[in-house]
Amino acid sequence: MGEKGGKRESSLIALSLSSTTTTTTIPMIPMPYKGVDLFVLDVWNENGNLSGGKGYLGAGFSRYSTATALEEEPIKPAVQVEHTQLLIGGKFVDALSGKTFPTLDPRTGEVIAHVAEGHSEDVDRAVAAARKAFDQGPWPKMTAYERQRILLRAADLLEKHNDELAALETWDNGKPYEQSAQIEIPMLVRLFRYYAGWADKIHGMTVPADGQYHVQTLHEPIGVAGQIIPWNFPLLMFAWKVGPALACGNTIVLKTAEQTPLSALYAAKLFHEAGLPEGVLNVVSGFGPTAGAALASHMDVDKLAFTGSTDTGKVVLELAARSNLKPVTLELGGKSPFIVCEDADVDQAVELAHFALFFNQGQCCCAGSRTYVHERVYDEFVEKAKARALKRIVGDPFKSGIEQGPQIDSEQFEKILKYIRSGVQSGATLETGGDRLGSKGFYVQPTVFSNVEDGMLIAKEEIFGPVQSILKFKDLDEVIERANNTRYGLAAGVFTKNIDTANTLTRALRVGTVWVNCFDTFDAAIPFGGYKMSGQGREKGEYSLKNYLQVKAVVTPLKNPAWL
Amino acid sequence: MTALSNGHAANNSSLFKIPPIKFTNLFINGHFVHSLSGNEFETIDPRTGEVIAKISEGRKEDIDVAVKAAREAFDNGPWPRMSGAERAKIMMKWADLIEENLEELAALDAIDAGKLYHLVKVVDIPAVANCLRYYAGAADKIHGEVLKGAREFHAYTLMEPIGVVGHIIPWNFPSTMFAAKVSPSLAAGCTVVLKPAEQTPLSALFFAHLAKQAGIPDGVLNVVPGFGPTAGAAISSHMDIDKVSFTGSTEVGRAIMHAAASSNLKPVSLELGGKSPLLIFDDADVDKAADLALLGILFNKGEICVASSRVFVQEGIYDEFEKKLVEKAKAWVVGDPFDPQSQQGPQVDKNQFEKILSYIEIGKQEGATLLTGGKRVGNKGYYIEPTIFSNVKENMRIAQDEIFGPVLALMKFRTIEEGIKSANNSRYGLAAGIVTKNIDTANTVSRAIRAGIIWINCYFAFGNDIPYGGYKQSGFGRDFGMEGLHKYLQVKSVVTPIYNSPWL
Repeated sequence: MGEKGGKRESSLIALSLSSTTTTTTIPMIPMPYKGVDLFVLDVWNENGNLSGGKGYLGAGFSRYSTATALEEEPIKPAVQVEHTQLLIGGKFVDALSGKTFPTLDPRTGEVIAHVAEGHSEDVDRAVAAARKAFDQGPWPKMTAYERQRILLRAADLLEKHNDELAALETWDNGKPYEQSAQIEIPMLVRLFRYYAGWADKIHGMTVPADGQYHVQTLHEPIGVAGQIIPWNFPLLMFAWKVGPALACGNTIVLKTAEQTPLSALYAAKLFHEAGLPEGVLNVVSGFGPTAGAALASHMDVDKLAFTGSTDTGKVVLELAARSNLKPVTLELGGKSPFIVCEDADVDQAVELAHFALFFNQGQCCCAGSRTYVHERVYDEFVEKAKARALKRIVGDPFKSGIEQGPQIDSEQFEKILKYIRSGVQSGATLETGGDRLGSKGFYVQPTVFSNVEDGMLIAKEEIFGPVQSILKFKDLDEVIERANNTRYGLAAGVFTKNIDTANTLTRALRVGTVWVNCFDTFDAAIPFGGYKMSGQGREKGEYSLKNYLQVKAVVTPLKNPAWL
Repeated sequence: MTALSNGHAANNSSLFKIPPIKFTNLFINGHFVHSLSGNEFETIDPRTGEVIAKISEGRKEDIDVAVKAAREAFDNGPWPRMSGAERAKIMMKWADLIEENLEELAALDAIDAGKLYHLVKVVDIPAVANCLRYYAGAADKIHGEVLKGAREFHAYTLMEPIGVVGHIIPWNFPSTMFAAKVSPSLAAGCTVVLKPAEQTPLSALFFAHLAKQAGIPDGVLNVVPGFGPTAGAAISSHMDIDKVSFTGSTEVGRAIMHAAASSNLKPVSLELGGKSPLLIFDDADVDKAADLALLGILFNKGEICVASSRVFVQEGIYDEFEKKLVEKAKAWVVGDPFDPQSQQGPQVDKNQFEKILSYIEIGKQEGATLLTGGKRVGNKGYYIEPTIFSNVKENMRIAQDEIFGPVLALMKFRTIEEGIKSANNSRYGLAAGIVTKNIDTANTVSRAIRAGIIWINCYFAFGNDIPYGGYKQSGFGRDFGMEGLHKYLQVKSVVTPIYNSPWL
């Protein structure tokens, strides 16, 4: 089956540009995972025709076939759940209250495991452990070289346990296993190696003051970092937060999403195996209003980083303000435009726009959820976008070749279906999809709306699901204005061959990332974050280090300096 | 036989089993090959003057083959076309392999250069692995900048690998210098032709073998042992080498720069000689200062370009300092470098040995007072006593020339200004040390001394992240740190007009 199960790619960039070729040609379309087109073709070949077998290719006009496979028994994941307790001070412990909560399999809604539920008093314990590990060491007192070595060893262990981590991730989250195993875990490893390399390159400056002074800036670790991460990319969000904080010498209390607590516990255990001192990385599973709020308002947490919804981000910022004024980094929602210009190769644009929206079941904060298409190519685009959505392979994420698994939980599932109904009611044209798939779990049909207007709810609000909205535009100034007419500003896609168009759009769009002729091209070195209500601060890249450093200016007079 | 204070524990190879020498040929395009001429030279054990091994002698025609391989690897090979992260992975693997072969590599440097085995094992070889890891971590952090155009322009810089780099390294730190040159150039995406010193070719060839095992593609790293006037000259004057980096004497540095200028104007970086001052102020802890001064001159037998070969002591503590220094020098243990009790092994070869002894004679003739040392130790090999001169005048040759041996010139000063002036009275400017508790003194002297690295209350404090290089005739360019990487990069500015930009 072609490339399936072949070489693991270390980054999405490597997916868009072949890593071995010496003549890298752009643009190329990044695939959700290597050989996705091959998967489609293989299903065609296996079944011989579109409607046969148990593929999810859509039986003629009755979309997505009968989804028979969804009625089959779910595939059993090849991993055991070993860790369900809180990780505090280097030890797995129960919650003080003794409470647990169930984490569910989104394929079925059934319980995977009962997980210790951290509350305010558990957060207190975790912060105390982190405080001690910061104030007394050894972590921040180690040489940066030693911190680097521990992070590198941790990366090696994560790489060694690729398949278990990937299975846990898919089981808890519902994302395709091949996506977990071939993209996300290798990316996780890449992120920690990247940050390991930063540990000994965190430079302050010497500063030329106006006067006879010797001035230096020291870049010091900020202290105890509170980190709250979402459920859509549990391990990648873990790495975006934990990587820079550890490289800079901080200690951490991390709260995972209640939907996906499992993989972070496993990963954190590997960090301890790699030699991370106890208390440096504490993981508290729990809910936002209890554990999350306790962390955000804690008087002994020096820094807070949050990724999640804009509404929750506001609460987090308020709690930080009301407690100890801790600085806050926020990565929040988005309604990112994907702009297809008139000179675009329509087939490529369709594939990329499809990927931009449907990747990870549409559960990406930077999903290209407003597809603006130039009027000259609009009709062709809509037709092909619909056809592509119809071909999308939805099913048990552990099954080989699956492009789309279930949504994370019933709440999201219901919310998405509600938005779909709203789209229909507001007069958008439902081209395909629009309903659940199968009768159990949280599968949603790949859904495409055309004739979407800017004022419709589906064009304004973050749906966080497999719902593509296609809008028509006439000229560049118009699309710039419309693309920017949103409270969000996370990302944008620009599809054009014209360098001037690309440059104009790039500078005019008020977003934190512009992908030109690509989308979701993430790498450890590329900063990511939002304008406007999509958040503040940047993660990844050198910029992310700033979130976890204090700058101390040191000033002393100079006597008879040889130069100034 | 135990090592004696200022005496010589006669060569006793039973102290350590010298590993068989595995690699003696040129390493070109991923393979060990004989030199085209078939010529060989002998590499000598400085403990005895005996031959360790015969090494293929690379000459101009071998350099040509190596450059061709490096050129091909750069122009058409995978190395500069990999992501920095991929290069980093291979370099990390290489570092691991070096650690796995720690003892054998340490033995090679000890036997080839007369370095203390126990120090090479815990310092030099681990430093190679650490340096590789540092630059592996830098390979994916080579950032250009997006610039402010003067008008409606979008402009940015690309930091591109410079191409084929020629490295010529010295014999005093064969492994450390190898790492300092090769790691950043590989991280940058360059390919390399490296000539180790003819005195110490062994470890570089072993490193090359491990590089291949780690997955460094063929042609990316080529190691050609040979002599300066033939192989070295061929590198510095080669029309197809894009950059040459040299560490060695000022005299040879001048020749290399000349050859680069008269060939293809390749940029040159030079780490050359030094006559580094150590200034010890009245408020210093005399005992600690004497330890530092002694280490500063005797570490690696004084064969280190940053040796504190001029020690200036403020008059208030001068007498006490001189007494302690001499006592400590007399207790210093010279002996077989494989004896863990030895603090100082033999000089690298006969030439250096004789040069040092002749400078000691010059010092006496010029009227300096020989406080201790001054003679060879034992009657075999190239061991020399720790030697201290007092009553040295700034214009004496022992205060101006780089001796590159265990010979310290002790001088007295009165005021800070006088100390600074004397310290700067040198054609060199590599390093300087300051011993004081006073922050103002430390800051004033730090800024005033024209040298590339200043150590305050420490000496030889090197680090992968700390750039290091010279002022004046100590050379130009920096090794280590991100500075050490930038010299292997070209800066390309890319400019294009923009239209209707909402900001400029």
